[in-house]
Amino acid sequence: MSSPDLAALLERIPYARFLGLRAELAGDEMTAVLPFGQHLIGNPMLPAIHGGVLGAFMELTALAQLSIAQGQARQPKPIDVTVEYLRSARPVTTFARAEVRKLGRRIANVHVEAWQDARASPVAFLRGHFLVTPREG
Amino acid sequence: MDDAAEQTRQLLEAMNAHGGHAGALGFELVELGVEGVVLKTPYRAELVGDPDTGVLAGGVVTALLDHVSGQAVFAACSTPGSIATLDLRIDYMRGAEPGRDLFAHAVCYKVTRSVAFVRATAYEASPDDPVATAQSAFMLDANAGRKIGANLKPAR
Repeated sequence: MSSPDLAALLERIPYARFLGLRAELAGDEMTAVLPFGQHLIGNPMLPAIHGGVLGAFMELTALAQLSIAQGQARQPKPIDVTVEYLRSARPVTTFARAEVRKLGRRIANVHVEAWQDARASPVAFLRGHFLVTPREG
Repeated sequence: MDDAAEQTRQLLEAMNAHGGHAGALGFELVELGVEGVVLKTPYRAELVGDPDTGVLAGGVVTALLDHVSGQAVFAACSTPGSIATLDLRIDYMRGAEPGRDLFAHAVCYKVTRSVAFVRATAYEASPDDPVATAQSAFMLDANAGRKIGANLKPAR
């Protein structure tokens, strides 16, 4: 998948546009980028990014990585996700990378990591199973 | 409704009305009582995840379940202080029906000194026909007496 293809894929997802999600591609390695915006705030007193936004961001990162790993006839559907929160996400840009740990004929297992200033200090993890429909051939 | 319940209602409504993600997604408080909290998010085209089907993004369901679960903690504790989600597990049973508002119901069923446990369900018409269910744990008094935002300082 090329960078323009990836941009087009994200552009087609209304909620990805609503969040302001972007992605950078280096070979088959994708980094998803979520620039901070007021509409992402969870706790206005801190302020910190909404935990649900982090979950949604990592879920979209997993979906995009699955499309890179293998062309998908239909958008993969989440079956279950577990989100682990390690620290509050500050009002700055957040990054995420997904690793497809297993890609079967029907099910994929994906792990995602989100961080801000330093990758060594992740803000959250996501592990999930997705229903996939690989493109024939 | 007694004063404490009215205060909780005002707090939850203020949390939904501010300019953050809850406001952006249009979360509305529908019910608040001993049975937990019910929130509604109105269907909007910009919240769709798959343009081929018009189904709401899984992420919207995630954000709604996270938010309603947190509000259930506020409803269950009189003074939870600042709370932080530790983990959130979501099972997606089916896509939300295109064009329909999505509801979520959460119950905080156990509160310990430091942690609150919550179950939640997202649905259009009835919790008996769920779109997704969630199980989560929240840390209470996440600031632990420190100044608000102390945990947000950049790592050194």
